[in-house]
Amino acid sequence: MRQSNLYIVIYAGVLTIVCGGLLALAAEGLKEKQQFNIDMEQKKNILSTVIILEEGVDINALYSKRVKAFVVDFQGNVKEGMQPKDVNLAVEYKKPQDQRLLPVYEFRNETDSTKTEYVVLPVYGYGLWNNIWGFVALKSDLNTVQGVKFQHAGETPGLGARIETDEDVQDRYKGKTIYENGKLVSVTMMKGEGKDYSSNSHQVDGLSGATLTAKGVNNMLQDYFVAYENYMKKNKKN
Amino acid sequence: MSTEAVEVQEKKSEPLFSKKNRKLISNPLDIDNPITVQILGVCSALAVTTQMKPAFVMSLGLTIVTASSNVVISMMRNSIPSRIRIIVQLAVVSLWVILVDQLLKAYVYDVSKQLSVFVGLIITNCIVMGRLEAYAMANKPWPSFLDGLGNGLGYGMILMTLAFFRELLGGGSLFGFKVFESLGVHYQGNGLMLLPAGACILLGLIIWIQRSINGYRESH
Repeated sequence: MRQSNLYIVIYAGVLTIVCGGLLALAAEGLKEKQQFNIDMEQKKNILSTVIILEEGVDINALYSKRVKAFVVDFQGNVKEGMQPKDVNLAVEYKKPQDQRLLPVYEFRNETDSTKTEYVVLPVYGYGLWNNIWGFVALKSDLNTVQGVKFQHAGETPGLGARIETDEDVQDRYKGKTIYENGKLVSVTMMKGEGKDYSSNSHQVDGLSGATLTAKGVNNMLQDYFVAYENYMKKNKKN
Repeated sequence: MSTEAVEVQEKKSEPLFSKKNRKLISNPLDIDNPITVQILGVCSALAVTTQMKPAFVMSLGLTIVTASSNVVISMMRNSIPSRIRIIVQLAVVSLWVILVDQLLKAYVYDVSKQLSVFVGLIITNCIVMGRLEAYAMANKPWPSFLDGLGNGLGYGMILMTLAFFRELLGGGSLFGFKVFESLGVHYQGNGLMLLPAGACILLGLIIWIQRSINGYRESH
């Protein structure tokens, strides 16, 4: 009986339904909590591009006090009634630049909340193996990079993955500028590692063994700076 | 390897923690340790032991998965068709692993990010499958639970020992707490300890020490 084909088929079927049901139940029950963690990490990443987060600081409070988030279109006009959480960047980045929805996070002054200190722009692209994304924080001149935060889904650990794990790599972008005489040039990660690019304000030192990931990062930055150009022109301070 | 061939003979009056049952927990910690004696689960032992915290969570995860899969399989053991038993075992293990993964994501998000792929890989961890095949398929739920618990703890013990030395020597900290710095001593971290190669050397030393204490010899 236990060896008959019918018994085996029914056994496998019931097992599948029971396991599937239990997993669906767990996923549904824990969804809210997981989403909260993901949101929290996003806020943390946005904040960490502009300030140094101290241990134990209340991210939620800081975020809601200092960050104003909204969505703009290619022309730089604010999309009323839309929040960045309604925008799926993984879908948006495949569209032509002039059709994308573009989230913007403005980091406001602590006392005067109408004054914008930094603007954090999300960027999204493709690395060597899979998607890469991140945030670029610009100073209020919308030219100087205050900080960047990159993340990746599947770059090679120890090589391309350093864009996320190696803070030193992200620090290389600090103080670089994306405009040259009013023309957008972005910041380019060079090939090879160990050279000094401190005199060149549009280039950063590369990643040894991860030239293609660096290329992906360059494309991503260039692509999104162009998309945000109209918004930046409108809001430039000096 | 001593426990698995022998079916525990259950008597109705056998106390929950009889000598035999206590052995199920204590053996894997020592003379029948899954890592140092059976050399199972070495991959993850090398991969997640650069710091104490992920090693601890990984041990906890594996212990929960092994113990609970053992119980479930043991309860189902008389109904499982032998031709698809491995698949059934895998399904039960995967169920628990995914549950653990979901729970980690919900309650200790940063740790789950650190462990990422390794939690999923518990499914293929030889210890889990090994215990199911060798023990739970032939024994009652309670001893199976103890067996799973014991093996999980045996695995965890080695992981924590490895992580202790690796984090201390490699980064000068324990559970993220800077030990040398708080003692006022400057310590230059030993990079080798943070690489899998360092773990391999440490694990080799632990196996050597343990086997020489127990007088264990490979049988040929």
